[in-house]
Amino acid sequence: MPLRWQILWTNAPGAPLHKADGFAIETQNLRKVYGKKVAVRNLSLSVRCGEIFGFLGPNGAGKSTSIKMLLGLVKPTDGQALVLGAPSGSVEIRRKIGFLPEDFRFYTWLTASELLKLHGKLCGLSALSLAERVPALLELLGLTPHREKRLREFSKGMLQRIGLAQALIHEPELIFLDEPTSGLDPMGRRLVRDVIRAQRERGATVFLNSHLLSEVEITCDQVAFIKQGEIVGTHDLRTESGGEIRVVVSAQKLPAETVAGLTRWCTSIRKEDDLLTFSTNSKEVLPEVHRYLAASGADIFSFTPERLSLEELFLKIMGEDRGL
Amino acid sequence: MRGVWIMADVTFREATRRKIVWAALLAGGAFLTLFAAAMHFQAKDLARYNVPPFIRYQVQSSILQVGFYAADVLAVLLAILTSVDTISGEIASGTIHAIATKPVSRWQILIGKWIGFAGMVAVYVALMFAGVGMVGRVVTGIVTPRIFLGGALVYLECLLALTMTVMCGTWFSTLTNGVIVIGLHGIAFIGGWIEQIAALTNSPHLATVGIISSLLMPSEALWHRASFEMQSSFARTLQFTPFANASAPSVTMIGYAVAYLMIAFATAIHHFCERDL
Repeated sequence: MPLRWQILWTNAPGAPLHKADGFAIETQNLRKVYGKKVAVRNLSLSVRCGEIFGFLGPNGAGKSTSIKMLLGLVKPTDGQALVLGAPSGSVEIRRKIGFLPEDFRFYTWLTASELLKLHGKLCGLSALSLAERVPALLELLGLTPHREKRLREFSKGMLQRIGLAQALIHEPELIFLDEPTSGLDPMGRRLVRDVIRAQRERGATVFLNSHLLSEVEITCDQVAFIKQGEIVGTHDLRTESGGEIRVVVSAQKLPAETVAGLTRWCTSIRKEDDLLTFSTNSKEVLPEVHRYLAASGADIFSFTPERLSLEELFLKIMGEDRGL
Repeated sequence: MRGVWIMADVTFREATRRKIVWAALLAGGAFLTLFAAAMHFQAKDLARYNVPPFIRYQVQSSILQVGFYAADVLAVLLAILTSVDTISGEIASGTIHAIATKPVSRWQILIGKWIGFAGMVAVYVALMFAGVGMVGRVVTGIVTPRIFLGGALVYLECLLALTMTVMCGTWFSTLTNGVIVIGLHGIAFIGGWIEQIAALTNSPHLATVGIISSLLMPSEALWHRASFEMQSSFARTLQFTPFANASAPSVTMIGYAVAYLMIAFATAIHHFCERDL
């Protein structure tokens, strides 16, 4: 961890904020209904302490409503949510929670320093702490030259950065980030990624809602997919063995009945000319599949396993957008 | 209570940075200047025509009521227009999300905001009443009786308008909120004058309509009581002049206005704490 990160976070890495086996977030059958519209149907999820958790879903899937319920901004119609062991919305527990809303906005007449001081005061920080934290966070997020600028002069990217700073001002144990890289250039995105990793290193839990799947893929430990207000799948990005594997085989003289026989190992099979593509849930079966294909007398030129990217997994779970 | 004072402080600073406050101050300053000039020329005319001092006093006291009435209207409008989007606007823009997820209760946020606006309006009412009072004293030599009581009643009227605006802001969008509160104030205005006409014409039906209007929104009744308090005892007996009172609202009506304000305030807190943001 670079020195500047270590100075900023008083909870040194290696001293976790929670027991590793604890849950930062636990929900059971969380439901939110607006009139006749069901925004969140049956949300049950668990997020371990110290994890970077990605929350993925298409527009209108219920992501923002779910986050708002976890933060106590929206009251659930039914179900339960525990955040850091307390019912969601508890005022005391908010001392340990940071939140960057999507499209962060605040009083535009405040300067960057004033905004951080205000949010620090709301979190109960002393003047002494603020005197240390405010310049350090501004430096960390590259806003030191703009510390006395009013927010009305800030670009969208700068607003996102100052929004992230206010979410971190009190060193929260659990941080909700709703589209944190929205409006940021590549350097800004890299910075946010580094900040998120630094949070994990000090033991904080990060709940990340983002449309940028490539960002999520390289940042998160675990992801959940939400569709029409319901969790439809989870995926552990830390384990090499987890998830679906796609295999592309280049072969000639492959009998049709051999291809049909692959169904005992494979979830999907497609054959086009000399290219056979199939998917399986376990890499353990690959040697057996290879032997099976070779035994059929086919000439095999290549046998290439590929892990599905998060984007492919996302599209597979959610289905293609048929809007156009 | 720490959260309340932090919110009050930022709201006061937010309110005083709005252009409308500066517009209201400019309008108030322009009005006071014109008012002082008018009072000055009128005093010269009254002196030129050798109007007896007693009559001169009564005429100038009545015109001073015009000044206080203008201050009252400006202050009420300022209270409504500065606070009209404080809740609904911040919910719509998402600004409230960054605040409501901090370790402060929603009631602290709402009370803090209310105190911030109340502080700004207090400064404005004090400045305007001091200005009109000074004009009266310097130009005509008249010391307005019970000016502090009158100012307090006008301030109560502003707080009532502010509370209604904050309360409706927890339910409605900014535009709807503004229409409702200004509409209610309009009903109160008409009702107040109907009551005065009823007293002059001795019409019990008109009086009932006026009272119902004042019960719906007792803001104008507070002005009428303030005006009554700031009149000379002789003017009170004159019954009806454009800015004096034929019928002063009772102390019970003042109590009703206070109870109305408190219920509106409690309703605003309850609804803001319960609603989704």
